[in-house]
Amino acid sequence: MAYTSDQISVMDSIIARYPRKRSAIMPLLHYTQSIDGYITNEAIELIGEKLELATAEVNAVSSFYTQYKTKPVGEYHVGICTNTLCAVMGGDLIFDSVKEHLEIENDGVTSDGKVSVEHIECNAACDYAPVVMVNWEFYDNQTVQSVKDLVDSARAGNPPAPTRGPKTLRTWKQNSAVLAGISDGLANEGVQAGDATLLGLKKAKGGA
Amino acid sequence: MSKLTPVLSAHWDEPDSFTIAGYKRHGGYGAVTKALEMKPDEIIQLVKDSGLRGRGGAGFPTGNKWGFIPQGDNKEHYFVVNADESEPGTCKDTPLLMANPHVLIEGVIIGSYAIRANYAFIYIRGEVTHVVRRVQQAIEDAYAAGLLGKNILGKGFDLELVLHVGAGAYICGEETALLDSLEGFRGQPRLRPPFPAIAGLYAKPTVVNNVESVASVPAIINNGVAWFTSLGTEKSKGFTLYSLSGHVNHPGQFEAPLGITLRELLEIAGGVRDGHKLKFWTPGGSSTPIFTDAHLDTPLDYEGVAAAGSMLGTKALQIFDETTCVVRAVLRWTEFYKHESCGKCTPCREGTWWMVQVLRDLDAGKGSEADLDKLLDLCDNIMGRSFCALADGAASPIISSLKYFRQEYLDHLSAGECPFDPMAATLFETTGVK
Repeated sequence: MAYTSDQISVMDSIIARYPRKRSAIMPLLHYTQSIDGYITNEAIELIGEKLELATAEVNAVSSFYTQYKTKPVGEYHVGICTNTLCAVMGGDLIFDSVKEHLEIENDGVTSDGKVSVEHIECNAACDYAPVVMVNWEFYDNQTVQSVKDLVDSARAGNPPAPTRGPKTLRTWKQNSAVLAGISDGLANEGVQAGDATLLGLKKAKGGA
Repeated sequence: MSKLTPVLSAHWDEPDSFTIAGYKRHGGYGAVTKALEMKPDEIIQLVKDSGLRGRGGAGFPTGNKWGFIPQGDNKEHYFVVNADESEPGTCKDTPLLMANPHVLIEGVIIGSYAIRANYAFIYIRGEVTHVVRRVQQAIEDAYAAGLLGKNILGKGFDLELVLHVGAGAYICGEETALLDSLEGFRGQPRLRPPFPAIAGLYAKPTVVNNVESVASVPAIINNGVAWFTSLGTEKSKGFTLYSLSGHVNHPGQFEAPLGITLRELLEIAGGVRDGHKLKFWTPGGSSTPIFTDAHLDTPLDYEGVAAAGSMLGTKALQIFDETTCVVRAVLRWTEFYKHESCGKCTPCREGTWWMVQVLRDLDAGKGSEADLDKLLDLCDNIMGRSFCALADGAASPIISSLKYFRQEYLDHLSAGECPFDPMAATLFETTGVK
């Protein structure tokens, strides 16, 4: 699809953030992903045009980073941490069970296009293991059952709120725009910290 | 009684701790006012005198890094924050930024002023949407409050601050790969020298500091060098965030003076999972050689951990009890390094691939005892032979696990399979699951 003039001007404002325009390539990829759901050839060509780069150069960058998808993912993209700590604490079991439950493989999408699953590496929330991310929002201290429930309700269009995140889970495309640096006004929603984050402070204050 | 010293985490229990109002309520941005009255070189000296060392893993003195920036060179300087927290086990910067992004911004303003930079970047990993929201909002609020932009607080200092969001590449936590990524290239490490202080972002003098290092600066400005150096040990000054995860009764973040021990931290965290005992742990993420229950009293400062054969790293204490198969754990970490190797240097790209092949066989009880030596040989051949330390990190769990748990590898071979039940290690009830 062709991009609208409004979308083009957002792209120009992203480029204007940087002293040198090539630096805008990553936020532009996040931004086009928020429109298309993945990185299309059209997006690659437009970014190349905007930044005066060959499409091969844009492709080389896009393909280096795993968050840029080469094909559509689900409206709710589920990442299950299977790095050592989460894997041992139950992440492996969650990953296997959810794939079986949804009848898809790693990187697969359900036939209704609602949910996709991939195994992810450490997501900096090890004190909340096992960790699952949906559209890169935190779902802490998960179990096999809780993730099955999560994906079922996501498919029904009613996913639970993230543990540490906004009140309502946003879609893959909506969250991709946030990663492009475009505010959705939800920063003030959700907790400031989870229980594990606060444990040391609580102990220091003499709490049980 | 408790050795804990909440400084960065002191007000995280207030529901609006991440807002500018919440931060200012406790004196937030007071250090900027103070710093902008000082000469830039005085700030660099003060940070040098504090002994603050990089909290991102390497432990390099922060003030020295700032001092390396050439002055009067008529070049633009850049101040870059490494918020690409991705080292397995590491989970301190992410909750810090969720609970209080303003303390980082205050540190950025002070650091940029000290090194005479008028452009700063926070490079944050892309897989933490809500943290991105919080930091973006904080930057916007700081601009609105006159703390960023032109003529900050009327003191004649200009600073633009841009949040740059990564896209899922561990290697971008390496500072020169981060700079390449920020310039719009594939994130691959550069050959050094030149170091970033001479030729960093856009080949201009650049400081790259970890989130926690930068966030520690306002407290040093506010409370002084004597206060900071009164905490910690002789060469490891101050306080830091220790992150406990895994088979502990109460995982979490614990801010304490450098030099506290795992035994003390475990006591605060309610000990190893009930009915189980400590088997092995990482002092500072997966790239730091593992420790065992023989290291419970090792002081967790830069020197203490190094003397015991590992590295303090990011103070990511991943705890594993006796139900955990060390071969499985090491295989997983190795698969991670293979996946995250950027491919630039042959020893790392090829070596990590072969390590995975050998370890997969060993984990499945296949292969032979000679494979253990082959693994060590592979480690020898990739360590120190690449542009960055990723391959060194990949070798750490292999070498250290073979040092402490060689018999467990052999047990896999004699059993012809992994002798552990993975269900016993999970944190949730698995009866009837699946």
